[in-house]
Amino acid sequence: MKGADYVLKRLAFAVLTVFIAVTINFALFRLAPGSAVTNLARVPHATPETRLALKRQFGLDKSKFEQYVIYLQQLAHGNLGLSFANSQPVSHNLRTALINTIPMVFLGTLFAIVLGTLTGIVSAWRRGTLTEGATVTTALGFYSMPTHWLGLMLVILFAGVLPTGGMSNEFLINPSFWTHVEDLGKHIFLPALTLGLVLFGEYTLIVRSAMLETLGEDYVLTARAKGLKPWAILRRHALRNALLPISTLVALSLGYIVAGAILIETVFSWPGIGRAVYDAVLQRDYPMLQGAFLVLTVSVVLFNLVADLLYFKLDPRITE
Amino acid sequence: MSVAAREPGVVIEQVPIRSRRGLVWQTIRKRPSALLGATVLLAVLLAALLAPVLAPYDPHEQVGPVFGHPSWSHPLGLDDGGIDMVSLLMWGARVSLLVGFAATFVSMVIGGTIGLTAGYFGGRTDTVLMRITDYFLVIPDVPLMIVVAAIWGPSLFHIIIVIGILLWTSTARVLRAQVKSVRERVYVKRARALGAGHTRIVFRHVLPQVAPLLIANTVLTIAVAIFDETALAFLGLGDPSRISLGKVIENAFQRAAISTGAWWAIVPPGVLVATIILACSLVGGAIEDALNPRLRVAHLAARTFKLRPLVGRGPEAV
Repeated sequence: MKGADYVLKRLAFAVLTVFIAVTINFALFRLAPGSAVTNLARVPHATPETRLALKRQFGLDKSKFEQYVIYLQQLAHGNLGLSFANSQPVSHNLRTALINTIPMVFLGTLFAIVLGTLTGIVSAWRRGTLTEGATVTTALGFYSMPTHWLGLMLVILFAGVLPTGGMSNEFLINPSFWTHVEDLGKHIFLPALTLGLVLFGEYTLIVRSAMLETLGEDYVLTARAKGLKPWAILRRHALRNALLPISTLVALSLGYIVAGAILIETVFSWPGIGRAVYDAVLQRDYPMLQGAFLVLTVSVVLFNLVADLLYFKLDPRITE
Repeated sequence: MSVAAREPGVVIEQVPIRSRRGLVWQTIRKRPSALLGATVLLAVLLAALLAPVLAPYDPHEQVGPVFGHPSWSHPLGLDDGGIDMVSLLMWGARVSLLVGFAATFVSMVIGGTIGLTAGYFGGRTDTVLMRITDYFLVIPDVPLMIVVAAIWGPSLFHIIIVIGILLWTSTARVLRAQVKSVRERVYVKRARALGAGHTRIVFRHVLPQVAPLLIANTVLTIAVAIFDETALAFLGLGDPSRISLGKVIENAFQRAAISTGAWWAIVPPGVLVATIILACSLVGGAIEDALNPRLRVAHLAARTFKLRPLVGRGPEAV
């Protein structure tokens, strides 16, 4: 019974967070003085009639509350407005962008989780040795680098060897399936590696400190006193328990992945959601910016929910 | 260790965490990595503060060819406007550090107030404040910063405020947890019994106890704030009239420093940002580690299972 309670609570929290994000989204763009939409009706030399017509067209003559209700209704229908830049529905632009972003972010994150977890475990296990020093220094180094700068460094290193921009070679005419895949793989390598390296630093540090905490627990001492082999202690006693905080912290780093994607896609001209944010900022394409922010927030909230539920599954002690 | 702590009346209590006065300083002095971090941080801070005196050239004046190579007179070369990179970095660090410190100050005021209030008063206040913090924790900061900065328009003040009002969540949570435990200590109860008001208890008895944690958190937040400024500047949302390190990187990227082969225009600013962030992480991390009793109780060296010597590790050893 308590389990169902927990799941329901987390679900309610996620729904409420999305709702708050939607409200912030509305407020930021409509309530801020002199904000984007208000500016639309400020055409130079416009007659009062023109202004009124413009205001009516964008629904600005209604009260803020009515505007909010209309915004929610439209949102419920999946209508995010039209992009200023290309007059396409924002939802359509975002869908294309999201499809491009997902494989890149997935590969990078996977790389970081695998390598970061392994390095973190080794680092904690060999505490006080040269290995620990080396791994921690490397991890801290990658963690400290500005994401976009690391991307630029990889561009300098790999320029000429690998493509440093875009998603595919536009000069390939009617490529066969495998040529296309190979081309995509070459293009995805650097952006995914950049994300992977930045996250690798963070994950190594997280896993290391989680492992150090569990290695200090009394049950590890007990396991040692029982004469268990170090490997068994590491795997069955320390690592299993360390996985709990690791899973939460990895979930919390999702916001960071989103930020990283924006910077990385800008560096590598990857036509994903991050690049969409950058272009929207440059062109002051507010409907796009608003839509992209919403999609990013909702995805982070969703993944957090998944992590919460996973945590609940992993740790039966949670009944909060 | 303060003199007051040796007076019998105070010692009897057996406060689980010993006198924390000077702990920050001791931690920095004892750990080579923290000492290194603090030294680097101090050096960068000095170079930035003394930029008007130390910088060899004017950061707005063309003193040589565009993307001029490094030479004896310009050790790090020249940028896209023929400006000396060394001078540019010193002035850039000034703005970046200003943003870092000011945004962190804003975030500390918000996070500190919320953490202290929630932890000290508990109950419904705590629930409401922590619920708000939870929501802020989930909403991704950088996209929100981008949206707000894009709407407000690029200025240094806006950037500081935007970063400050989105970074306080971890401070609030960390502080609240610590305050909650300090609040239950006997000496706080005793002070209350003696008639001390909330203000006095918080500022005389609670705040000094959580101060090292606050300092660690401040140093770590400075790193994040500087990182965020670099990111915002890179996306074209930096103050166009101020050169920050983020702006220097953005300029080099936009003006094709890479395809020109002018690595000196783009590598050093990033290295400097990374160095500042690394130094902050080393200092902040060391203080946090020293405060974390669970790490200190790590009685086994993991690999060899040798018992760690617990005596002689200074006052922070339990």
